[in-house]
Amino acid sequence: MRSLFRTLGPSLLRDIVLVCLADAVVGMSYGAITTSAGFHPWVPVLASLVVFAGASQFLVTGIVAAGGSLPAAVAAGLLVNARHLPFGLAMGDVLGRGAVRRLAGSHLLIDESVAFALAQAHPRRRRAAFWTCGVSLFACWNLAVCAGALAGRAVHDTAALGLDAAFPAVLLALVLPALRTAAKARAAAVGAVIALVSTPLLPAGLPVLLSLAGLLMAGRPHPPAAPEGATP
Amino acid sequence: MIVQPVPPLLGGILVLAAGTYLFRVAGPLLGPRLRLGVRARHLVDVAPVVLLTALVATAALLEGGSAAGAARPIGVVVAGALAWRRAPFVVVVIAAATVTAALRRLGVP
Repeated sequence: MRSLFRTLGPSLLRDIVLVCLADAVVGMSYGAITTSAGFHPWVPVLASLVVFAGASQFLVTGIVAAGGSLPAAVAAGLLVNARHLPFGLAMGDVLGRGAVRRLAGSHLLIDESVAFALAQAHPRRRRAAFWTCGVSLFACWNLAVCAGALAGRAVHDTAALGLDAAFPAVLLALVLPALRTAAKARAAAVGAVIALVSTPLLPAGLPVLLSLAGLLMAGRPHPPAAPEGATP
Repeated sequence: MIVQPVPPLLGGILVLAAGTYLFRVAGPLLGPRLRLGVRARHLVDVAPVVLLTALVATAALLEGGSAAGAARPIGVVVAGALAWRRAPFVVVVIAAATVTAALRRLGVP
């Protein structure tokens, strides 16, 4: 544990703590909103433990609370979470070797832990950032949802705190270093435009998946360590 | 043996959980066996950057399928500018929330 923290260093730890605090407030509001919509407290608490994907949790309880059918709500939630498949493909090595690490680490694949891992240059730091962010967010998110579900309407208005801007800002700050590479920036820009334009037309989740069409602009791999004149 | 029926909502949550976990675990379990070529590996590595950027764009600019108000997009743009100038992460995130909250208090939607 101590070596994990040494690998991360104080500034990265501080960054992860900040994201945990911001997500904890959102988690409390998820618990409070869900129970005040008429659900028993076990609903948000169980969903947070076993699904552990905030956007899909809000979506599913929102659809059911609005009178939508449960199969439609579950299908919508699955569509929103389908992006974890490409995340998992890219993060396989970051989780570590061995079945236990891969099986347990998979449950911690969320936008924030993937983004924190991506922002690190070295494999050791990637792994440390992924696990630290994943485990601490899992703990904070679930404790906060519990607290919100039991306390009722604790922090109801996250908009007044500007927390809806914190989530995109967290991800933006973490992907920005990658976007300084021209090919990645082109692919990401095309993908973002596709997602924005298709959002009014398609069910939630699909536009973000469609952004992968931006990979057509991803260019060719250039091995950074290859000596001059080497052909890939 | 009497088998109690699973309440529908509980069943729905468990199906969502199982499906989500399958999405998550597919890559880490199958990845090592896929033996991707250099080009495919490159695409797999760029994919999270594209997905996260699309999430940033939609979460910053849209609200339930239509344009969000001005406060959140402005907050995120300020954060992006700070991040581009390599401001510390804490400053970037707090600036996004503070600018957005302040604009809303001033009556900006």
